[in-house]
Amino acid sequence: MDLEELLEIKETTQAKHQKKRKRVRCCTAAGCLSSGAKAVIDNLNTEVKHQNLTEEIEVTSVGCLRLCSQGPLIEIDPDDTLYQQVKPEQVVAIIDSLNGQQNRENLPQKTDLTHPFFAYQQPIVLENSGKIDPESIDDYISKGGYQQLRHVLLEMTPNDVTQEVTKSGLRGRGGGGYPTGVKWATVAKMPGQQKYVICNADEGDPGAFMDRAVLESDPHRVLEGMAIAAYAVGANHSYIYIRAEYPLAIKRLEKAIQQAKRYGLMGSQIFESPFDFKIDIRVGAGAFVCGEETALIASVEGKRGTPRPRPPYPAESGLWGDPTLINNVETYANIVPIIREGGDWYASIGTENSKGTKVFALTGNVENNGLIEVPMGTSIRKIVEEIGGGVPNQGTVKAVQTGGPSGGCIPAHLLDTPVEYDSLQKLGTIMGSGGMIVMDQDTSMVEIARFYMDFCQEESCGKCVPCRAGTVQLYDLLTKLIERKANQQDLDKLEALCQMVKDTSLCGLGMTAPNPVLSTLQYFREEYITLLQST
Amino acid sequence: METRTLNKKPQNHQKIDKRPDKRFKVIDITMKRNHYRQDALIEILHKTQEAFGYLEPDILEYVAHALKLPLSRVYGVATFYHLFSLKPSGEHTCIVCLGTACYVKGSDRILATLQQELGIQSGETTSDNQISLLSARCLGACGIAPAVVFDGEVTGKQTPENALKTIKIWQEEE
Ligand SMILES: Cc1cc2nc3c(=O)[nH]c(=O)nc-3n(C[C@H](O)[C@H](O)[C@H](O)COP(=O)(O)O)c2cc1C
Ligand code: SF4
Ligand code: FES
Ligand code: FES
Repeated sequence: MDLEELLEIKETTQAKHQKKRKRVRCCTAAGCLSSGAKAVIDNLNTEVKHQNLTEEIEVTSVGCLRLCSQGPLIEIDPDDTLYQQVKPEQVVAIIDSLNGQQNRENLPQKTDLTHPFFAYQQPIVLENSGKIDPESIDDYISKGGYQQLRHVLLEMTPNDVTQEVTKSGLRGRGGGGYPTGVKWATVAKMPGQQKYVICNADEGDPGAFMDRAVLESDPHRVLEGMAIAAYAVGANHSYIYIRAEYPLAIKRLEKAIQQAKRYGLMGSQIFESPFDFKIDIRVGAGAFVCGEETALIASVEGKRGTPRPRPPYPAESGLWGDPTLINNVETYANIVPIIREGGDWYASIGTENSKGTKVFALTGNVENNGLIEVPMGTSIRKIVEEIGGGVPNQGTVKAVQTGGPSGGCIPAHLLDTPVEYDSLQKLGTIMGSGGMIVMDQDTSMVEIARFYMDFCQEESCGKCVPCRAGTVQLYDLLTKLIERKANQQDLDKLEALCQMVKDTSLCGLGMTAPNPVLSTLQYFREEYITLLQST
Repeated sequence: METRTLNKKPQNHQKIDKRPDKRFKVIDITMKRNHYRQDALIEILHKTQEAFGYLEPDILEYVAHALKLPLSRVYGVATFYHLFSLKPSGEHTCIVCLGTACYVKGSDRILATLQQELGIQSGETTSDNQISLLSARCLGACGIAPAVVFDGEVTGKQTPENALKTIKIWQEEE
């Protein structure tokens, strides 16, 4: 493959789409498939064929169109129409409308695309999501795909690439927020021939599905980002570690890898440069702790996924003891636009210490459930009340949970806080990977705290005592409270134990397990007090 | 986590006759494709479970032998990961998502209803081997929470009544 061939595919694919009078894009990401999108797209295809419209109307399977709770969704070009909750039997009316015959009562509901839910989004990571067929490499190339990889391999030194990423200010999207450029530079500096690149697609936080959506909607974007990363750090072998709970994402990744291989965009001497690159997929088997990088490495090696102390960090000694770069799916998905538009461009979006955009999975007691991508610095109020449309049925927001089991709850009176790594940390929670769960007035915060503790005690790998035994004790104390059998001493014990587990656990799971308790204690203490034994 | 570790040695009830069983072929092919690499153990266990429905002690022994791994290592891995099961599951499986998004939308009530209806706890199978009830921690379908998986099919916006209906249909099939 060379540039000309790439551009030719780009042009022919674009022309192919433009030839059609209308284009119907149907979301076939997991959310909509579970709501019945398969029957909708099947009917669309049959009906178009039946009416001999294949030359005029193109039906494409695309990735997430964002408003997942209202699926199945279909969007129509060039009409800028988005239909929600489409039923298979409404397909005929839709095709009729494309032919100018109005059959209004049988049409599904139109979504208002000027609603803040769509208007406030700024897609960078998701720029292709919902626009291209995730199973077509040609579609990806038609959006400029793989051009940045070529640019990097032929026109930039590995050092240039790392510097561009550093300049962008991108921080890891897997939770910790470690500067990506610094991590790349560390791995690049390590001596040794054999290095690895790993993509962390474990996405263990309950309530988070950003990584899944990216992989199901635009898998090549992640592959291209990984290849660029591998070139920058001097690796040529990489792994994607993905949870088994995501079969569709796995399937689309496998397909994408095969297509890239067939086009010579993976394998040896890519773009006739000396760069060789291959990707293997490793499927997890249901263990939250395997998202932790050292545990993940053990799991890739086919062992029990138990963390080990750091240092040494994977950057020095990772997979099979070799220097290893681990980044999250969304982190890799940010690389192509950074290279394309430049680090300065990326750094101009967001805030001082949190650059770019962030994808959130907005769920819970909120009107609009789905996937959003907004610039860093957007206030939580704007996200929940405007984009999310607030709590349904005139309810009120009580708290917003971010960061999953490692995070905490932001109370309603602090909703004006901007979304940033540091501002959230100051509130005792974290950005995390991007799950954002809205809780309404009826939610018991003590029960939420216990819910997360239940999660942690079950997911603890059991290697160290503070986490293994501590989380069980914390769970029991919270149960005692909820059953109104606890007294002040128990509450004191709960707080002291939280601190102890936090300070003495080996890995991030144990270190952060008490966070949901601490944060609810901080903002909703009265709920704990009310539960103290009254009789 | 610890409780999941096997504390007694698996009993060797009937040895399986390996050769004529097609399902062993699946394992053999998978191992071969992975060049009998020990780090492919998890992949191989996935395939094995797909073929047999669960990880039978004899099969674990078979895999350990083929990969030249100590049996303890194979058991260690098989028991560490939640998705591997050493027990057969029922005809039908129902998995209730207990991730946060589903939880705040009432999936705990769905699970409670099903537990009561079936008279079993999550993680158990009814005595007639008909239905296994399980829970999961987020299926990534949080946008349509609460989600329940019936025989592999993810369904969203479930209610206790809805879920109960599906279970009833399964029960009537008998
Ligand atoms: C218990 C635990 C679970 C984690 N789970 C994930 C995960 O599911 N996905 C992820 O990308 N990072 C996860 N992480 C963070 C990773 O260890 C690691 O920091 C991250 O993948 C690095 O990528 P980044 O720099 O691009 O964020 C987890 C960390 C801990 C302690
Ligand atoms: S903190 Fe918990 S999960 Fe982490 S190593 Fe210790 S026991 Fe395992
Ligand atoms: S899954 Fe279809 S819109 Fe998100
Ligand atoms: S929390 Fe249930 S699917 Fe994510």
